[in-house]
Amino acid sequence: MSQPSISKSMTIGESGLAVVFAATAFLCVIASAKALDAPFAFHAALSAAASLAAVFVIINRYFERPAALPPAEINGRPNYNMGPIKFSSFMAMFWGIAGFLVGLIIASQLAWPALNFDLPWIQFGRLRPLHTSAVIFAFGGNVLIASSFYVVQKSCRVRLAGDLAPWFVVIGYNFFILVAGTGYLLGVTQSKEYAEPEWYADLWLTIVWVVYLLVFLVTVIKRKEPHIFVANWFYLAFIVTIAVLHLGNNPALPVSAFGSKSYVAWGGIQDAMFQWWYGHNAVGFFLTAGFLAIMYYFIPKRADRPIYSYRLSIIHFWALIFLYIWAGPHHLHYTALPDWTQTLGMTFSIMLWMPSWGGMINGLMTLSGAWDKLRTDPVLRMLVVSVAFYGMSTFEGPMMSIKVVNSLSHYTDWTIGHVHSGALGWVGFVSFGALYCLVPWAWNRKGLYSLKLVNWHFWVATLGIVLYISAMWVSGILQGLMWRAYTSLGFLEYSFIETVEAMHPFYIIRAAGGGLFLIGSLIMAYNLWMTVRVGEREVQMPVALQPAE
Amino acid sequence: MKAILTAHNLASELVTTIWTPVFVAIFLAIIAYAFWPRNKAAFDEAARLPLREE
Repeated sequence: MSQPSISKSMTIGESGLAVVFAATAFLCVIASAKALDAPFAFHAALSAAASLAAVFVIINRYFERPAALPPAEINGRPNYNMGPIKFSSFMAMFWGIAGFLVGLIIASQLAWPALNFDLPWIQFGRLRPLHTSAVIFAFGGNVLIASSFYVVQKSCRVRLAGDLAPWFVVIGYNFFILVAGTGYLLGVTQSKEYAEPEWYADLWLTIVWVVYLLVFLVTVIKRKEPHIFVANWFYLAFIVTIAVLHLGNNPALPVSAFGSKSYVAWGGIQDAMFQWWYGHNAVGFFLTAGFLAIMYYFIPKRADRPIYSYRLSIIHFWALIFLYIWAGPHHLHYTALPDWTQTLGMTFSIMLWMPSWGGMINGLMTLSGAWDKLRTDPVLRMLVVSVAFYGMSTFEGPMMSIKVVNSLSHYTDWTIGHVHSGALGWVGFVSFGALYCLVPWAWNRKGLYSLKLVNWHFWVATLGIVLYISAMWVSGILQGLMWRAYTSLGFLEYSFIETVEAMHPFYIIRAAGGGLFLIGSLIMAYNLWMTVRVGEREVQMPVALQPAE
Repeated sequence: MKAILTAHNLASELVTTIWTPVFVAIFLAIIAYAFWPRNKAAFDEAARLPLREE
């Protein structure tokens, strides 16, 4: 397969991976031919095509590249690997827009149900997991992979480990998203919230994730900087815990090796507990720990100020690790879950107030001495407002985990409002801020194309969030109160359809808020595109200055 | 229900009881490490790590 020459030969990774992908393509063709259901045949064919493409790309890359692999250092400075970061940043923006758009569609479907057009592929039950997976795993996941690959290189002062491995991670992860997303539209789901992908997608993600862990770990091990910076601790906790959660929640027995349907190993209340141990720790370690890593690197960097208290960041990290893992049962209040387990979940959720607010204070106070930059730098403002939203939603969450509060809030739109104040305000804004920093850095640009457009994005999106969460708070509390209202004779005062009718105006306001958030992201995509296309290049080394002329 | 003491019961009793003080001890040790006066200079230096690049 390889063209033998004197100085140039394929690495073990290149030849090994090409062979593995060729074999995978062969197996996938067989699986596609023997498939029991159409979606499985489609996914197997898609995997076969992707595997063949991978073989082609690996071999083509080998012929294109110079004989020697990129050096780890050039002139004594680390030769950072920006390619996979660029890819993941681009995909983050793409999936972000797709995910926000699908969110707007399902918000509109709730306000005007006729919008599902009676088509099975775009009805709410299929689009909803598409929306959640697209924004959390596709948008958020790509932001986390891109930023973690950047931060680990810079803060360890060493080139990212591996040659093909980082590319395998970023492309493999996005292929997982593609399989999961198209599966939802075709009706493939194991019906576990935030863990909907079926067994074969889960297996593929496991492989990709282990390689991600290895790339990150080996980079940390090779580091030139003796200290492991706190952001890397948060990233590592995110990667390791997501692996554990994924393996714990998803063991399943496929009905056939050639069909998409499987049955989860856990049953009854154990399944429910595993599901919400997974679900809440996906919040804790994907949507919190990972993005806190972004906070601890990007805010100091952008504000040009040291972390307010490094001691606090250590305690923040370990308190979060020790407490979060127990909070899951608060999703199962007043269910068949034993009472003591519910109380345990509630207690740990309330204790989480301390690390959450400790972390928020640490992020905000990093601006001490640089508060004026909030006025002039909309990117920093976005990052700081995200931390404020983090504080707000981590105040609200423990409150909602208290059983009496939960008896009102659970199953209502209040939960949706809470989730979106965290998702849009915290995760969304901190991701936008990180991408606004990352794109000029990775593409070696002096700065963004337009700070004015960032300002527009900030205000349009903020207005959208405010409309969204206030509509859902009012709608949720209204809904909860209507459900529990009794007449003097002891009958329920409202029928279910009356509560749905009452929510209609708030659903329209929510859709408007989501629409504004989407518009903001389109402004951002244009700004980033122009930054890459026409942005002024940063002069790498001012050693060879030429006289004008 | 009659409690039957077996080796397995005893082990699981011990494990489920012991982790609480063990985790608390580990966490207290981490706090002590974070606030140990001799570590302060190193932590102040680490807080500036993102600013020291290139």
